Amino acid sequence: MEARSVPSAAHLPLRERLRELPALRWARFHPESAAAGVIGLLVLILIIAHGVHEVAQTGLNGLSLGSVYALGAVGLTLVYGILKLVNFAHGEFLTFGAYMAFLVTVTWGAPLVLGIVFAIAATAVLGIAFERIMWGPMRARNAGLLQLLLMAIGLAFLIQNTIQFIWGTEIRRLDVNVTDTVEFLGLRIGRTDLIVIVVGFVTLLSIGAMLRYTLLGKRMRALSDNFDLAETAGVDTSRVVLYTWIFAGGLAGLAGVLAGAVTTVKPLMGFELLLPIFAAVILGGIGDAFGALAGGLVLGLMIEWSTLVIEPRWKISVGFAVLILVLFIRPQGIFGRARAI
Amino acid sequence: MTLPLGITFESFTDFGFWTSVGILAGTYTLFTLGLQLNVGFTGIVNFGQAGFMAIGAYAMGILVVKADWSFWLALPAAVLVAIAFGLLIGLPSLRLRADYFAIATIAAAEIVRITAQNARELTGGNQGLFGFDDSWNDVSNTIEGWLESLGWSNPETLFPLFLVVWATALAATAVLYFAQRSPWGRVLRAIREDEDAARALGKNTLVYKLQSLAISATLGALAGFFLALNLNFLNPDEFEPLFTFIGYAVLVLGGLANYWGVAFGAIIMWTILEGTRFVDLPLSAEREAAVRFMIVGLVLILLMAFRPQGVFGKKEEMVLGD
Repeated sequence: MEARSVPSAAHLPLRERLRELPALRWARFHPESAAAGVIGLLVLILIIAHGVHEVAQTGLNGLSLGSVYALGAVGLTLVYGILKLVNFAHGEFLTFGAYMAFLVTVTWGAPLVLGIVFAIAATAVLGIAFERIMWGPMRARNAGLLQLLLMAIGLAFLIQNTIQFIWGTEIRRLDVNVTDTVEFLGLRIGRTDLIVIVVGFVTLLSIGAMLRYTLLGKRMRALSDNFDLAETAGVDTSRVVLYTWIFAGGLAGLAGVLAGAVTTVKPLMGFELLLPIFAAVILGGIGDAFGALAGGLVLGLMIEWSTLVIEPRWKISVGFAVLILVLFIRPQGIFGRARAI
Repeated sequence: MTLPLGITFESFTDFGFWTSVGILAGTYTLFTLGLQLNVGFTGIVNFGQAGFMAIGAYAMGILVVKADWSFWLALPAAVLVAIAFGLLIGLPSLRLRADYFAIATIAAAEIVRITAQNARELTGGNQGLFGFDDSWNDVSNTIEGWLESLGWSNPETLFPLFLVVWATALAATAVLYFAQRSPWGRVLRAIREDEDAARALGKNTLVYKLQSLAISATLGALAGFFLALNLNFLNPDEFEPLFTFIGYAVLVLGGLANYWGVAFGAIIMWTILEGTRFVDLPLSAEREAAVRFMIVGLVLILLMAFRPQGVFGKKEEMVLGD
């Protein structure tokens, strides 16, 4: 069957007409404000329907979930931006971090702070190890997109099932206090959730400052913009790549511990978190670290707020729906620039 | 005969074992043929094949059990539902780059699975959906009687399914093989090699990519039917993204851009996955399962590192994504 020439010309008028609507024109040039406006409107509707208290209460849960997503998303987006690797094994980094914390706090009985530090360090080392063993050599051979994608999936299988081999499928808990609650302004939040939000926000702010103001952060963003140009300009790319894996691994490890602290630790936890994290990355514009921070928080809030409207068992599909909607409406994300998508 | 590791070879000479491996391999041959068409010949990375399988299987099951349709009418209707879902997903997302498309399709497949899990009135949720296979059992009994009349006393109960799965899988392989040599197949390859060039030649590449995805959805739905008949019930766990990735392992084992390699890859993969159940290691069941999937992961990594085109693939056809 022969196709008609000049593809999709028939659709153009309507599409163009829609794109030229004043409101949509404005939204296209001010995506951040448009997104903030839409979210603000939704929150307003929720407040009218359910009252400020409930919206604030679910919002707190959203912030704790969002911190986990944001921490996971920064690493995933940095690796994508700098190495053009869609790391399907990133979720397993979170799982690995959670089990490292389990090992230190429950098996060895050490305090949680030590568990967190150990998890961050161990996951960062894991990131570097696979860079040295797999990703570096594969890049040197100019491996294609599918090759890297399937390798990452193979790696995800390997890590996840090694963890299942060692610790089994049994659902485990970190040794944290899950019953104590803190009350303020009439809102109630679990002590652990509060710690997760505080740790998450402090880390996210320092990572944001690091990317914005330090030389290393600028180099990372330069590599993400244009790897070859940065290399030509004299940036020691292999060192920056190494630091990228340290950050991606360390942040994923931390995200895993925090996720394990507020929920449970099991071999599939990371893979279940991976798709919402992808959604956060795409929401913020793939490759954009600041976008991933914002995307993670926004997604966490949206998922928790959705429980005011739909049954909680459906809430996980909100993440996927957001992901697909963003891909359809604005594939470059809220903060992304329209590059080759 | 027992080896030090405790491997018993009795199962490998057991006809029932090979029948069940054969059914799974045939089902995943159909499943992976769709991936071969998409990835190997069109250059679109479809990560949602388990979702198409789920849509096909559940549409069939729901039409038969909840809407009282005839099984034979429900089959083509379920294929149409799967195609419609494929077009719905493909129309907006096929314009995106390969990696975005991969993420969009896996998210779509997960929405299907989570819906199957949570829309309990319709799908039975985690309790499963039963009672769609009466018409098939009649056919199966007819084939069994026919086998007995050929002088095979007491044939394997699942053997008729084995025959039908492989007849379908081989027919689908042959159809795709010849379609690939047609002008239509050459356009798909042109899109894989250089989409802009194909477009410059006046081909509406989006239409061709949608056709490729629709055929893949059809094959996914067919695999879903056989999966459902094999299990006698439907459960959301059978449609996890894991199974799409097993499909990719089958694909790269058999080789990219080679339709006949798919059956080979499927047989190897399911012999490994099922055969290891009989390797009597001193391990608990969940550890054995973990070892099986560690092997799958290693196979994927090593193949991609050292022979990315797979066993029967052609290196010069390894043009994927950008």
